[in-house]
Amino acid sequence: MSIALEIKNLHASIGEQPILKGIDLLVKQGEIHALMGPNGSGKSTLAYTLAGHPAYEPTAGQVIFGGEDLLEMEADERSRAGLFLAFQYPAAVPGVTLAKFLRQTINSRRQAENPEDKGISIPAFRRLLTEKMDMLGIDHKFAGRYLNEGFSGGEKKRVEILQMATVEPKIAIMDETDSGLDIDALRIVSEGAMRLYREMNMGALVITHYQRILDYIKPDYVHIMMDGRIVESGGPDLALKLEEHGYDWLREKHGVVEEA
Amino acid sequence: MTTFTKDAVEKLSASLNEPAWMLEFRLKAFEIYEATPMPTTKDEAWRRTNLRQLNFDEFGPSINGDAATDAVIPSYLGEQLTTDKAGGNLLQIDGVTKKYNLSDELKAQGVIFCDMHEAVAQHPDLIKQYFMTKGVQVTEGKFAALHGAFWCGGTFLYVPKNVKADAPMHSVLWSENGRTFTHTLAVVETGAEAILMDEYASAEGEVPGLHNGVIELLVGDNASLVYAGLQDFGQNVWQFNHERGRVGRDGKLDWVTSIMGTRLTKAFQTLELDQQGAWGRMSGIFFTNGRQHLDMDTEQIHNAGDTVSDLLYKGALKEKSRVVWQGMIKALPGSQRIDGFQANRNLMLDKTARADSIPGLEIEADDVRCTHASAVGKLDEEELFYLMSRGIPRKTAVEMSVQGFFDPLMRRIPYEGIQERIFGRIVEKIG
Repeated sequence: MSIALEIKNLHASIGEQPILKGIDLLVKQGEIHALMGPNGSGKSTLAYTLAGHPAYEPTAGQVIFGGEDLLEMEADERSRAGLFLAFQYPAAVPGVTLAKFLRQTINSRRQAENPEDKGISIPAFRRLLTEKMDMLGIDHKFAGRYLNEGFSGGEKKRVEILQMATVEPKIAIMDETDSGLDIDALRIVSEGAMRLYREMNMGALVITHYQRILDYIKPDYVHIMMDGRIVESGGPDLALKLEEHGYDWLREKHGVVEEA
Repeated sequence: MTTFTKDAVEKLSASLNEPAWMLEFRLKAFEIYEATPMPTTKDEAWRRTNLRQLNFDEFGPSINGDAATDAVIPSYLGEQLTTDKAGGNLLQIDGVTKKYNLSDELKAQGVIFCDMHEAVAQHPDLIKQYFMTKGVQVTEGKFAALHGAFWCGGTFLYVPKNVKADAPMHSVLWSENGRTFTHTLAVVETGAEAILMDEYASAEGEVPGLHNGVIELLVGDNASLVYAGLQDFGQNVWQFNHERGRVGRDGKLDWVTSIMGTRLTKAFQTLELDQQGAWGRMSGIFFTNGRQHLDMDTEQIHNAGDTVSDLLYKGALKEKSRVVWQGMIKALPGSQRIDGFQANRNLMLDKTARADSIPGLEIEADDVRCTHASAVGKLDEEELFYLMSRGIPRKTAVEMSVQGFFDPLMRRIPYEGIQERIFGRIVEKIG
């Protein structure tokens, strides 16, 4: 069954500060949407709100995911339902190895289905992990390292994609996955992500500042966000136009005041 | 009415068929015990641990032979630690040996591993030389003296010169009668190597129990000992321990302590680096909940130059439990080029728990590097959100985060099976 992420008039605040001011967006499985916009426009807030971060409070609107009310679910339920967020700044988890963590992500899924489940066997998990690590060019030694602790920016991003490959979501949000990556790392990470999208018929919402990542991850749709709203939507051409002309024409068109 | 009497000392010694010299040792210790007042909060070392609620005389000594024969102990205790290498296994209930074996290889190498009473009977010269002479002294305090008078049961390990015992020794000291006075004495001679794991445990009980233990770890020149003392008594037990490790020239002592149980624990743990090149590492793992009270006094004493000590104690605290860690690094005059480190990190799982960290330095040499650190933290919500965002339920995420906090120390326990068991206890205590 094909799943869609349907965002309707979503408003959200951090503390008393309203950030999202009415977002409407439909992302279906198999579609790639790029979300662009200047700093402070609310892109990451949208990502965190959808993932269920407790500091981001939805104040109005609705998000339907696979027919369910996403905003009613805990963060872990959202993930098990098939939503994935690749973090811009993944947290370090000292003392928990990447292997132990990935195994738990699989086992938590199995145990949610069947509380009696004993979890994936160690040999089966090893095979799976080796295969996915090879696909993303990750040194096998990383399996025994503590999650994201002392990882470089590029290593963290690769490991985010490795997690995506392991949990096999229906819809992925990639929050500035391209930030802090050199050109080789960007290529490996984006090609890996693109391959997963195609193999698993995933839908994706790719948040970025730059056209660069879109050379590898070809979007079907491009949306521009300003001041907590999506102000413009179009095809891949829109991203190129933005690269060429910047945001000023959009600010003028939509009467958005540039923040100091 | 007091139960710790001279008569009781004589009765205990007779029940153990002890030689006269040991009875004499006990009686001398008893005199010191009688002459030493019960510590109060006016004594510096006891400022944060109040014994008013302790009705000391209700315990009494453990007389040999009164051990319950039908005690039900967890099946995993007393098992061999590794599947490929047989070392030594010793299981005692209330100080009486119930199960014992030592591999032929180790026997052939001259390794002695047995209960302390067997050691007194069979190896009197070694016991006279090492028992409470070089490690813990009966004059160290009320509870050291009490132990000297009433010790019962425990573990003796002797590894002769240049013998490398390549399989672990595992000792389980189970308490059934709530009167436990175990003594561990490990002597690793010049150039020898060994691994010893002591597990102290009892079931939960209603009636207050007592553990008054001593641990002595004597590591010779160029010798190496890995020692793990793992305590999981019921929360009805009051524990008073004196523990000391000594390390000779270029020797190594890797000392791990895990504390999960007891109502109250007061432990004095001292590492003495006696000769140049000695290295000692002290690792502490503890998790308190309910009204548990844990008070640890640690000392790292650099008696010689070019010595290294490294202490890291990490604990998680829940509910109304309280943990005190008071650490001291001492460098004697002339102990140059030493490197001493001490750190205590506590994870507060509830606002109602309380932790006190009191590091200290007494340095009488000038070319030294001594550092200390202490930190109190809470669970990191960003970390938990990250784990949850991958489909892991909050409860599991909390368990992983707490296990992660302990993981680097847990890896210092040489056997994965034991690591997993302690992790299991931690998960149980998280609840």
